[in-house]
Amino acid sequence: MLGSFDAVLLARIQFAFTVSFHFLFPAFTIGLASYLAVLNGLWLWTKEEKYLALFRYWVKIFALAFAMGVVSGIVMSYQFGTNWSVFSDKAGPVIGAPMAYEVLSAFFLEAGFLGIMLFGRDRVGPGLHMAACLAVAVGTVMSAFWIISVNSWMHTPAGFEIDAETGQFLPTNFWEVIFNPSFPYRLAHTVTAAYLTTAFIVGGVAAAHLLGHRRKNRPATAATRTMFSMAMWMATIVAPVQIFLGDQHGLNTLEHQPAKVMAMEGHYESHPDGAPLYLFGIPNDETQTLDYAIGIPKLSSLILKHSLDAPLDGLDTVPDDEQPPVGIVFWSFRIMVAIGFAMLGLGLWSLIARFRGRLYDSPWLHRAATLMGPSGLIAVLAGWITTEVGRQPYTVYGMLRTAESAAPLDAPAVGTSLVAFVVIYFAVFGAGTVYILRLMHHTPDLGESRLKDAVEGPYRAAGITPAPGEAERIKKGAPNAAR
Amino acid sequence: MPLVEGISFDLTIIWAFVIAFAVLVYVILDGFDLGLGMLFATERNRRDRDVMMNSVAPIWDGNETWLVLGGGGLLAAFPLAYALILPALYAPIIAMLLALVFRGVAFEFRWRSGRRRWLWDWAFILGSALAALAQGVTLGGLLQGINIDEAARQYAGGWWDWLTPFSLLVGVAVMVGYMLLGACWLVAKTTGDLQARMRRKALVLMVGTVIFIGIVSIWTPFLQEGYYLRWFGGWGTGLAVAVAVAVLALGAALGASLRGKGRDVIPFLLALGLFILGFGGLGVSMYPYIVPTEVTIWEAAAPRNSQVFMLIGASVLIPIILAYTAYAYWVFRGKVDPEAGYH
Repeated sequence: MLGSFDAVLLARIQFAFTVSFHFLFPAFTIGLASYLAVLNGLWLWTKEEKYLALFRYWVKIFALAFAMGVVSGIVMSYQFGTNWSVFSDKAGPVIGAPMAYEVLSAFFLEAGFLGIMLFGRDRVGPGLHMAACLAVAVGTVMSAFWIISVNSWMHTPAGFEIDAETGQFLPTNFWEVIFNPSFPYRLAHTVTAAYLTTAFIVGGVAAAHLLGHRRKNRPATAATRTMFSMAMWMATIVAPVQIFLGDQHGLNTLEHQPAKVMAMEGHYESHPDGAPLYLFGIPNDETQTLDYAIGIPKLSSLILKHSLDAPLDGLDTVPDDEQPPVGIVFWSFRIMVAIGFAMLGLGLWSLIARFRGRLYDSPWLHRAATLMGPSGLIAVLAGWITTEVGRQPYTVYGMLRTAESAAPLDAPAVGTSLVAFVVIYFAVFGAGTVYILRLMHHTPDLGESRLKDAVEGPYRAAGITPAPGEAERIKKGAPNAAR
Repeated sequence: MPLVEGISFDLTIIWAFVIAFAVLVYVILDGFDLGLGMLFATERNRRDRDVMMNSVAPIWDGNETWLVLGGGGLLAAFPLAYALILPALYAPIIAMLLALVFRGVAFEFRWRSGRRRWLWDWAFILGSALAALAQGVTLGGLLQGINIDEAARQYAGGWWDWLTPFSLLVGVAVMVGYMLLGACWLVAKTTGDLQARMRRKALVLMVGTVIFIGIVSIWTPFLQEGYYLRWFGGWGTGLAVAVAVAVLALGAALGASLRGKGRDVIPFLLALGLFILGFGGLGVSMYPYIVPTEVTIWEAAAPRNSQVFMLIGASVLIPIILAYTAYAYWVFRGKVDPEAGYH
């Protein structure tokens, strides 16, 4: 298959590209929607201006990221058919229903209340506005529920039979389809990852502003401090939870997709009396060996089987044509785990600084937090690469091969659209990322809430246009004006 | 299926109506905001453009969700149709998706891009135009028929099969129709000079839309024998005449309302009427096929337990969705007030 760029490989690259790009946005907005609901709730409850300032600060960034998530998500809902039509025909009777439920119970909820959340505070009053914020937050999590269910079914299919005539998967029990064996683990791990991702972005932005204030010898604003503190509490509490959930997810994978765990661990060979935990190595699928391996003896057996001497099978027990590509899975898994432990470390570091009363006065902590701002996004992508590449060579694990799932398209058609996706995604979402970074560059201070939204574009009650002369003010760089 | 035993109505027909309903709501709702995007090109004044954008900014996302329901619902309820239609119309569908990317992000980006605002204004205009064209071409491509391999349950044509004079004609027709919807929406939402210009544009677009409906309606029966027999056999001729009279009557009423002094929302409602008539006509042509004239809705349907499981959710959730969508429109009702920002 690697000999030439055939249509299936191009379709795989295209799906990997579009879904990876897409998932960056929900990975951020799932957590951010909840954070905004919390901020708005705190504002209504305490009436402390800093919470409103933070809400207004992050809601602008949310709107940008959400819009990019929406448009890249619409693409996904059609990619199943355009590029994976055989999969869609065969698996559609099973996965179509949960996907329809995602649209009905999540997408409409988010989209319907997003307008009120962004524009409607003055129109509907604080109570209904709060309800809209909650509806958007609940919608993002509901969306994760359904789509992770579908994805998990592809890893651990259950509750179906195969139609002898058409080869379609026919649902026999939708409860088993939705709550398939890997679903609870994957959902918990993914949603927690989204919350951590957001916490580290928020913490990174706050830390960068703390450093900036320090450089300029100005005291940090209350909003910046609060933002940093909230983010670091999340890191302290949620990072260890996430490592535990990841471990549980791994054990579940060992039970249902042992070949994936073998690839993650770099275990080409079976280890009848205790398998080592390889920290480093160069996987070589040709020779089926892990070259230059550095490992800790028996630790893998301890983690996976809770016994030092427990035997663990290797890829030598799996036929060649049922093995996932080890190199990608091995490395993406290590990147994810390394980031996970770095997050844990930062959380503990911040906890120590907090107890010493130096949370806002630890430049090295702030540098580390700034550096780790985008780490959640990288970890999330690495995790998805681990699990999705680890599912190969199947789309529906053990049941339907990837090569037999693709649409009957010519390579030039898929190649052309792939190039179009790559060029346009980098241009459009690159620009969007620049705009988000620009917004993050502003300091979240009380001015955010007092400045009567003068130049904030559409973030006011709809139907109010910017006053004339605003463009000039923007050009002149009016204080606190959103650029 | 003990849950529905004894119930005699056909779930496949119900699902065909649900999907058709989702597509119709999409066409109407995103139709006016795509049309508004195209009309952006004709309004150069920045304040007018801001008013236009603000009139749809809080609702466009919800409008576009109906497209996801159309696609997701088709996969769920008619997986075979989804698997045949999307590869067959690969190029226009990918073009539509990419165009929607451009115009969707433009809503946010143009407020953030400073001096490059013109770039996102054009992304909005061209994205809207290409999306509308591609949707029309997709419809035309589907109507004219798709080459399939029935045994393999796969599309069997090439990747340019969709490109014909007919599909291009439908593409342009949809662009004009969407612009009519957009202009009528703006008549309802704006005041003053902008509204007066939109009334004039809507008048021209109404004439164009009626003409295109006429051409497409006359051409369609000659694409497939089934369409011809449907419209010119038996009771079909009477129906065809009735539809034609209704279209002309609606067009005349729309013209009168655009020139008259009635409530500003009337033209928009009449334009919706034109779209609903046209959509109904399509339904009459295609039924009972979902891939004309190869695959019927029953051949493409998901198994009964999938239909039941989804119908439980749809029958509860769709009314709720309609309720809160209506609420969102109501919250942002009335004129977009360009003066409000000064106070």
